[in-house]
Amino acid sequence: MAYPKLLPARLVATFVLAVATFAPSPAFAGPTLDKIRERGAVKVGVGTQPGFFSPDSSGRWQGFFVDIGRALAIAVFNDPDKVEFVSASPQQRLPALQSGEFDILLSGVTETITRALQLGFHFGPVVFYDGQGLLVPKKLGVTSGKDLDGATVCIQTGTTGELNISDFFRANKIAFKPVAIEDTREFIKAFEAGRCDVMTQDASDLGLKRALLKTPEDYVLLPERISKEPLAPAIRWGDDRWLEIVNWTVYALIQSEELGITSQNVDEKLASPDPSIRRFLGVDPSLGAATQLDPKFAYAIVKALGNYGEIFERNVGPATKIGFERGLNRPWTAGGLLYAPPFR
Amino acid sequence: MGGRRGFLVQAALLAATLALVALVAADVLQNMARAGLTPGFGFLGRPANFEIGESLIPYSASDSFARALLVGLLNTIMVAIAGCALATILGVTLGVARLSGNLLLKGLVQAYVEVVRNTPLLLQLFFWSATMHALPAPRRALMPVEGVFLTNRGVFFPWIAAEGGLAWTVLAGFTVAVATAGYAAFRRPRNARLLLSAAALLAAASLGAALFGDPGLSIDAPRLGTFNVSGGFGISPEFLALLAGLTVHSSAIISEVVRAGLQSVPEGQWEAAHSLGLSRGQALRLVVMPQALRVIVPLMISSYLDLTKNSSLAVAIGFPDLVSVISTSANQSGHAVETILIMVAAYLALNLSVSTVMNRYDAKLAARGFAAP
Repeated sequence: MAYPKLLPARLVATFVLAVATFAPSPAFAGPTLDKIRERGAVKVGVGTQPGFFSPDSSGRWQGFFVDIGRALAIAVFNDPDKVEFVSASPQQRLPALQSGEFDILLSGVTETITRALQLGFHFGPVVFYDGQGLLVPKKLGVTSGKDLDGATVCIQTGTTGELNISDFFRANKIAFKPVAIEDTREFIKAFEAGRCDVMTQDASDLGLKRALLKTPEDYVLLPERISKEPLAPAIRWGDDRWLEIVNWTVYALIQSEELGITSQNVDEKLASPDPSIRRFLGVDPSLGAATQLDPKFAYAIVKALGNYGEIFERNVGPATKIGFERGLNRPWTAGGLLYAPPFR
Repeated sequence: MGGRRGFLVQAALLAATLALVALVAADVLQNMARAGLTPGFGFLGRPANFEIGESLIPYSASDSFARALLVGLLNTIMVAIAGCALATILGVTLGVARLSGNLLLKGLVQAYVEVVRNTPLLLQLFFWSATMHALPAPRRALMPVEGVFLTNRGVFFPWIAAEGGLAWTVLAGFTVAVATAGYAAFRRPRNARLLLSAAALLAAASLGAALFGDPGLSIDAPRLGTFNVSGGFGISPEFLALLAGLTVHSSAIISEVVRAGLQSVPEGQWEAAHSLGLSRGQALRLVVMPQALRVIVPLMISSYLDLTKNSSLAVAIGFPDLVSVISTSANQSGHAVETILIMVAAYLALNLSVSTVMNRYDAKLAARGFAAP
């Protein structure tokens, strides 16, 4: 971001857009999927954060959520490049999804009941289990969030973080002073300058922000997670088939890891005698006929992008400079929370 | 001449505009319904559930969205009033200095105006914000005067702590006494002497009550807490940065308005004033400025309106103004369209009241007979 984008202009733009795009149009059985086919590309709303979504030096989008967007393009068009990424700030992304600016939001949105039932969004399977953390300077000598009575807390606006931190302090009957800043760089600068004692954000994001500080080793992430942040793909209500394509694309990524299928061995696995693998990879084409999907969509996804584990390790895993542990984001068979329903 | 036709055209235009508005409104409602949104302002009564960093009225996360929006509106009004006042003082001083015979002073003011006017306000706000953050942490606070803390958490100074009805009565007594004395001294009404004696009496009575009664008055000095400075009167760095940015930016523009206004008064007025034996200062205050005001005031109105609207950049540096609270509310409540409508209405009301007040002042000047040159 060369220039900090400012909220008023953006809110107004969203408002104008909301009015403009709501011009009368006939309703379809599956309006989103029809629009995608007509356009010839899936439009994906993303954020900007290295590891999750960022354009590389040649302008090609890369990252954990970007790969999931490409998997969707394979499921619909059998081509990982028939996808358009649109970057949206945390403030702007939900109204933009509502107004149809993109077909799916893959920007690390937390699934909540109000977003589902009040805003009218369907959420696909959780692709990243996160939780809000508290980053503090080591020299404060604080070991728990409960020691933070009277602290000043830097919060970035537009996330569920504002609510969680208020809830956490109220539940523990301690007081805090919020400084809510929208601009990301200003947010980091304020914390670094000592304007706040605490920076709060999803723990995954805090890890990245800590790496951006001048002396990361002087800061420590407190052990508590003050919230559950299941990050899931979000789509508008009104297109059931599109929802199922999103669901089963994510499940295909999870299932392939559980079955031990990787981008390296997927061609060998085609010869596997295991009936569940044969169905999954489309060697046995019965699933394709039943679902009206390309019978080999799971094969094509794994071949091009790898399974969930490979996508995680490549973009944000311990070997990358982001350096996240898998934690809860492991298959249920390995003690994590990733669980795909059966492909049959 | 065609009065009837003109009326018909206007009526048709009005009807077309209203129809367009109704069409858009109906379409928005229909499409919101299709997106599963239920428009309405009922959410305003529900708990906001988020904290706001600074507030003129008591506020906590369990208060309603309506109260949160009021907190934001009051913050915007506070910064707008303080900004307009300071920018006027600074701007008038600079505008007069620009016309001074002193070449160095003139050059400095010109440089100030060019630098400030030709850089984006947002950049200046980031500069002020960084300056405030560069102050030391509370434990190593700068103390220019004992009891005054300059820190990156804000500026804190001792304040009067009043408890109980008597304390407030004493304070109110003092305030009225000072205001009366000030009025009598500066405006010199015919009964000035009487007013001054009354003020002295009131002050003495308040002082007596403070000394001999137990009014519950004390000095609340700021002190270091675990994380922050507590007690005393604190001003946040975000507020200071925003106020400094808006004041400096607008003062440059106001100084040019003042300069243009003063120069619009014919040179002969200065000469006539001098020949009557008035000093330069007296000539400015009594002869030239009153005439220049006819040019200055209308332009000043737009500067004030600009300052009020520019205060919405606060969201970038973390001051909880109306826009900041509106955007958080929109995000938490999911009522984006309604909150935007509230924001539009609030800014419109705010700016219309500023221009109403200023236009009345302008009309009053005109009534006094200072015709525009």
